[in-house]
Amino acid sequence: MLEIRDLHVEVDGKPILKGIDLTIRAGEVHAVMGPNGSGKSTLSHVLAGREGYTVTRGSVTFEGKDLLEMAPEIRAREGIFLAFQYPVEIPGVNNTYFLKAAVNAGRKHRGLEELDAMDFMQLVREKMKVVKMKDDLLKRSVNEGFSGGEKKRNEIFQMAMLEPKLAILDETDSGLDIDALKIVADGVNSLRSPERSMLVVTHYQRLLEYIVPDQVHVLAGGRIVKSGDRTLALELERHGYGWIEQQGVTAA
Amino acid sequence: MSARAGAATAVPGGAQAAVEHYLGEHTRSAGSLPGAGTAWLRELREQGIERFADLGFPSTREERWRYTSVAPIAAQRLRVALPAPVPAPEALAPFLFPGLDAHRLVFVNGRYAAELSAPGSLPDGVHLDSLAQVLAAAPERARPALSGLALRTGFDALHQAFLADGVWLELAAGVALARPVHLVHLGVGAAEPALANLRTVISLGARAEARVIESFGSLGSGAGLTTAVTTVVLAEGAALEHFKLQEEAATVDHVARVEVRQGRDSRYTSHSVSLGGGITRNDITSTLEGEGAECTLNGLYMAAGRQHVDFHTTIDHAEPRGTSRELYKGILGGRARGVFNGRILVQPGAQKTDSQQSSQNLLLSREAEVDTKPELEIYADDVKCSHGATVGQLDADMLFYLRSRGIDHGTAQGFLTRGFAQDVIDRMSIDAVRERLERLVVTHVPGPESAQVSP
Repeated sequence: MLEIRDLHVEVDGKPILKGIDLTIRAGEVHAVMGPNGSGKSTLSHVLAGREGYTVTRGSVTFEGKDLLEMAPEIRAREGIFLAFQYPVEIPGVNNTYFLKAAVNAGRKHRGLEELDAMDFMQLVREKMKVVKMKDDLLKRSVNEGFSGGEKKRNEIFQMAMLEPKLAILDETDSGLDIDALKIVADGVNSLRSPERSMLVVTHYQRLLEYIVPDQVHVLAGGRIVKSGDRTLALELERHGYGWIEQQGVTAA
Repeated sequence: MSARAGAATAVPGGAQAAVEHYLGEHTRSAGSLPGAGTAWLRELREQGIERFADLGFPSTREERWRYTSVAPIAAQRLRVALPAPVPAPEALAPFLFPGLDAHRLVFVNGRYAAELSAPGSLPDGVHLDSLAQVLAAAPERARPALSGLALRTGFDALHQAFLADGVWLELAAGVALARPVHLVHLGVGAAEPALANLRTVISLGARAEARVIESFGSLGSGAGLTTAVTTVVLAEGAALEHFKLQEEAATVDHVARVEVRQGRDSRYTSHSVSLGGGITRNDITSTLEGEGAECTLNGLYMAAGRQHVDFHTTIDHAEPRGTSRELYKGILGGRARGVFNGRILVQPGAQKTDSQQSSQNLLLSREAEVDTKPELEIYADDVKCSHGATVGQLDADMLFYLRSRGIDHGTAQGFLTRGFAQDVIDRMSIDAVRERLERLVVTHVPGPESAQVSP
């Protein structure tokens, strides 16, 4: 589904990613872990198409298509979803109105008929259960005045509505207490399917207790220095990132 | 046009030619304007043309016109609009507010069009009519209201020189008009640029309440100038919510003045929305003449291309315990230019005045420009006055967030622009007006890509 080959990315002329190779097949959940400044968020943003990142080398293909050539909205319509670490508050833009435009943009792209107001609201009600969203959040402006937990739930709710092929969860656990984390993780797990892949980016192993990955990659200094199964996350937890940096040096 | 414009202001001969042109128009039209047989009205028009001969058009050397050059208007030789054939009722539809149940008066090129109007039945104590009808039936009644206008600029003078028709709305004490009044002013393009004048006189007795919507639109793209003068008098405890939507063609210039006098404990709320026009200038002045009066001025202007839009507002706190709230938002794209000048005057003795002003602007292109200026003059010591002004661009994080959900750049820009305008729209009390404005704001998003959203 996703193939990242030798990806090099700079921000303001400073190299951040220095040769990433990563393959995610349909239905797989991959976790990328790493210390602060390792390039985790850069990877998420580059995949979603945010401006301000310069790809200096390498390629990213998504279902055989050149992802880096696509505008952010086309990537989304093709099936990429980024759950933001810091969901943006957008005053004056109604949550439901925004979501309907997003859902229908995706449907149109896939040659499906756009949903009318009634079908759309039915879908909303069904998907709200995924993350136990409160009704009144729909009537408010996008993320405006939402608590940290509500914002993250809203991200997963949007993911449920947009039904992406590849979901990238960028530090979705940050700022959540254990109850909120469980709700969000349950939501994500209910969206796991053989057709849907996930890339879970996180600093802490905690999230991976709830969203169990097929593979874990450790990112340090802009490179994937170690890959393994879920036990790698536990090892990291035990030894800390200092351990992996030593390993990285040894391996090089 | 600009070459001729320069000539009109810089060379005395050019200004003289303009004066001669309008003197000629005055002679030509004097006999055919409503109330031509009424001596005081004839004199009023003569005063107007004489005053115009003295003043000419304002120049950018005058402080209040510093940012707004009217040279393109001065260069035109406008013909006084003669009664035009009334368009078919379908032509009116785009300017109505779907679902709005209102007393409707329609004017075409500044003249009342009974065929398109639907004043409906009016409760006792409400007098709603065209000004021409009042001038025909009971001219003396209109005399004090029409005679009192201070002619400060050449536009005021021209307006008075060619005063023809407009609206008369009078509410007796204690009357609340449940349905709003919708005044629709349509300009129909002619071969020559036309001057259309509209005068609206609103007078509310003690505790009377009304809502008035003024719409300005164009049929076709004929050039011209609309001058509109609205005077409002609110007696003790009266309340007026006053809407204005200016959506004329870019070939039409628009110079308007609203003068409000507020009695004790009266409430005046203005929502002025400017989307159309080439050069648009609005002067809105409210004088709080009685204790405890409340004045709220909300405004929204959107301009693109080479549009120029200028709001000059004045809130004059003359008596104690007055409250004023002002929120103006501007959205400018292309090479458009916006001007907001908000003057707050607190007279000596107007203690306990509470005044807030905010001017916020969104620039959607590098070439767009806005000049925003608060002007606070405070001569009392026990007052609360605050003001703030911002000029910014669309937030890149918000734009990316929307696009990352599959919404294209133009639509995302439309969403954010509408979001920016939303709180001005939210302050309006009429659902049908809010709903149409929400749609209009999206279709008017200026900039390289205009947004198309189907809600």
